[in-house]
Amino acid sequence: MKKNEVPQDITKLDKGPMNWVNYVTDENGNYTKEISNGWEPENIALEQVWEDVNNNVEATRQKVVNGELSPIAYYLEKNLMDIPLLASYVDKWQWQVKRHMKPEIFKTLSKEMLEKYAFVFKISVEDLINNSSLRK
Amino acid sequence: MSDIKLNFEHHHSAHCENGVISNLFKFNGLDISEPMAFGIGSGLFFIHIPFIKVNGIPGTSYRIWPGQIFQRASKRLGVKMYADTFRNPKKGKEALDAVLAKGIPVGLVVSVFYLPYLPEVFRFHFNAHNLVVYGKEGNEYLISDPVMEHVTRIHEDDLMRARYAKGTPEPMGKMYYPTEMPKEIDWKKAIVEGIYKTGYDMSHIPIPFFGSKAIRYLASKLKDYPEKVGDRKAALYLGNIIRMQEEIGTGGAGFRFVYAAFLHESAKKLNSNWLQDKSIELTKTGDLWRDFAFKAGRVCKNRSADKTSYKDLSEILIECSHQEEKLFFELHSKIRTI
Repeated sequence: MKKNEVPQDITKLDKGPMNWVNYVTDENGNYTKEISNGWEPENIALEQVWEDVNNNVEATRQKVVNGELSPIAYYLEKNLMDIPLLASYVDKWQWQVKRHMKPEIFKTLSKEMLEKYAFVFKISVEDLINNSSLRK
Repeated sequence: MSDIKLNFEHHHSAHCENGVISNLFKFNGLDISEPMAFGIGSGLFFIHIPFIKVNGIPGTSYRIWPGQIFQRASKRLGVKMYADTFRNPKKGKEALDAVLAKGIPVGLVVSVFYLPYLPEVFRFHFNAHNLVVYGKEGNEYLISDPVMEHVTRIHEDDLMRARYAKGTPEPMGKMYYPTEMPKEIDWKKAIVEGIYKTGYDMSHIPIPFFGSKAIRYLASKLKDYPEKVGDRKAALYLGNIIRMQEEIGTGGAGFRFVYAAFLHESAKKLNSNWLQDKSIELTKTGDLWRDFAFKAGRVCKNRSADKTSYKDLSEILIECSHQEEKLFFELHSKIRTI
């Protein structure tokens, strides 16, 4: 890639002030560095991933509001986790985490267990239990 | 602990691991550029293992696994490194503070997800990011993250979360710094060894998951994605290939330009026209990779069930594979004779 070809493509995602270093050739064929603040294919791929994530979060939110799943399922999606990852964060087996995602089991969780989940999700225990914030 | 601010020079880099090597070595008096660190550490590679899935998507990588560039580069340059992990987070923090207090900037392995200074759209559970801590003020650590344009800072609680992220691989509070720098460096030997290894990796491994064979392997899988996994998943798979290729500022060519920059610099250092020719060749292959990513991006966006578009993409990959196989085969067979 030549120096004057470095892409500066914008995206609808909020990338903040991030710039990437690109290694490019100058007019004499020497390698040098040039800043890029985005490239179309990368933007498309990233937008696609976030669209997928947001769809999952929204679908799970609906299920939590309808009482099919406990709030843990929602915050799991929100934090881009999966069950094996969350299980290792709270020091439980995967089947236990799956169980905690059932609303009736979730109600019986101890305070310590709730605190563990709240810590991992970076929220308070009240926010975790109180799912009124999930109703829009 | 009192405030510490080391006189650490931050250089904005294309990639975290090379950037940290270059920045840390420079602090210790060894002037090495990012591409040089990447090349001597034999960072360039290609891996495609469809049955190892990352978030349900077949794994593809354009470089060697994390940590290897560091190990190889320091070995070949004769730098002695300290590296350790700490199972107990409290001990990990104490160790970091103790080393900082001695005036040593420390490299850390962290998870990207817990770095608040990065924009949210880039924060995934990727656990092998590298950065340098060069001081502490109050309850904030001073951070030189090579992919950031400028130095930044992070709250100690956030840094602890990042250092003790779970998943694969677990950083477990890993920290490292050079303990002994070489008095003299045999650049030629280091460069030749680095190129020889990459040449072997790219053209000689007799398993289809690694090297230029793996590019062809990916090509053969790619053309059947729409039929095998459906349009939506095919687009996600393709998007992942683009994202791995781009992986934070490699110019859209999956590290090929960084390696070409390394060959260019080596050609000058060793006075070799042949290496310069190889650098130009690899730049051309890099441009072909960019062409691939550009077209792949368009395919992702259209979500068309167009089977021919995947077939066309697959053909570009096959061309990339042939060019790289030829180039690295030649590098492998001739580098020791220069």
